[in-house]
Amino acid sequence: MADMPLWEVFIRNQNGLHHKHVGSLHAADEKMALQNARDVYTRRKEGVSIWVVESRHVHASDPQDKAVWFEPADDKIYRHPTFYDLPDEVKNI
Amino acid sequence: MYSQGLNGPAEKNTDDSPEQLAAFQKRIDAEEKIEPRDWMPSGYRKTLIRQISQHAHSEVVGQLPEGNWVTRAPTLKRKLILLAKIQDEAGHGLYLYSAAETLGVSREQMIDDLLSGKAKYSSIFNYPTLTWADMGAIGWLVDGAAIMNQVPLCRCSYGPYSRAMIRVCKEESFHQRQGYEVMLKMANGSPEQRRMAQDALNRFWWPALMMFGPSDKDSIHSAQSMKWKIKRFSNDDLRQKFIDATVPQAHYLGLEIPDPELKFNEETGHWDHGEINWDEFYQVIAGNGPCNRERLAARRRAHEAGAWVREAVLASQQKHKQPREVA
Ligand SMILES: [Fe+2]
Repeated sequence: MADMPLWEVFIRNQNGLHHKHVGSLHAADEKMALQNARDVYTRRKEGVSIWVVESRHVHASDPQDKAVWFEPADDKIYRHPTFYDLPDEVKNI
Repeated sequence: MYSQGLNGPAEKNTDDSPEQLAAFQKRIDAEEKIEPRDWMPSGYRKTLIRQISQHAHSEVVGQLPEGNWVTRAPTLKRKLILLAKIQDEAGHGLYLYSAAETLGVSREQMIDDLLSGKAKYSSIFNYPTLTWADMGAIGWLVDGAAIMNQVPLCRCSYGPYSRAMIRVCKEESFHQRQGYEVMLKMANGSPEQRRMAQDALNRFWWPALMMFGPSDKDSIHSAQSMKWKIKRFSNDDLRQKFIDATVPQAHYLGLEIPDPELKFNEETGHWDHGEINWDEFYQVIAGNGPCNRERLAARRRAHEAGAWVREAVLASQQKHKQPREVA
């Protein structure tokens, strides 16, 4: 018998934090995926909220293209506050 | 619960170019983590698939010796603890299967390999659990040995395996502590309970030492796994760490380690131990341990008996999906 679809599981540890990817599991549908995620990934109160997304809906950048995608950020140091030289006498800035 | 030097030899590279291999090794040497979609040598992939899936199988089969005592736990408290531990082991199996799947092997394939007897799992689970004291000895020694093995795996070069190990290690400490507590109660109980505790230690001590895999002098294959930072310590180093940590714990219980040659070496600061019966180890790995057949039969039975459930959930999902798509 074929595997059930694969789902990615995201858990919010506590309100105020992002949901974070914790792993994956197989389930027939979203209801089963949520229940299994609860049993597998929150046995010790690790979460207050769970998202499940069928893995086939996740689109990812290709690691081979890492340079093309992320290099443009490398030479833009002026996007960081430390790039700017201000006199020490100037406060609160 | 566990992973062992069942890991075996690292797979040979096939058609990866020397340039690719060198670039990959550079990343490993720089302590970069390798993620699922990154380029990796085919040998690295195969070695990890084998090791992670065997680790997953061990978690799943490891539920069986303990499952044997759920209905006979001495108190409701101990029953709840044992159930929680066994449920954790199922969870550990799942984290690991998921990690292996990121390397391109399907869950179905892994389960088939376990049920057909093609895939291995840890030798320790082929020993029977004869008395309640075995629940203590397993938690204390088997989970204890597993922790020694798994802590360095948290730093494994493959991201998903390393993350799964971090989760597992966080949960494992309770397993060992509840086991030691069972041993404490038994060792300080009636003479009969004390005798059972000693008997459990006698039976599980050597198999627990075997969990670290063959001696370094006979395991010539781990060099590649070390180089790829899948493995960080040799089998014998981990085994020694385990012995050094465990001997004083046994003494605290007032129990005797079943090794007449065991003695503290003032010079090295380590406990010297007697020779392990490697013949027994290879026999168990080859399928001839006391419970190999029983364990596999139990897994096959569970898989077959659950087939209708898997079919039913899929059928139900199809049925509920259709009207929505029409509408
Ligand atoms: Fe465990």
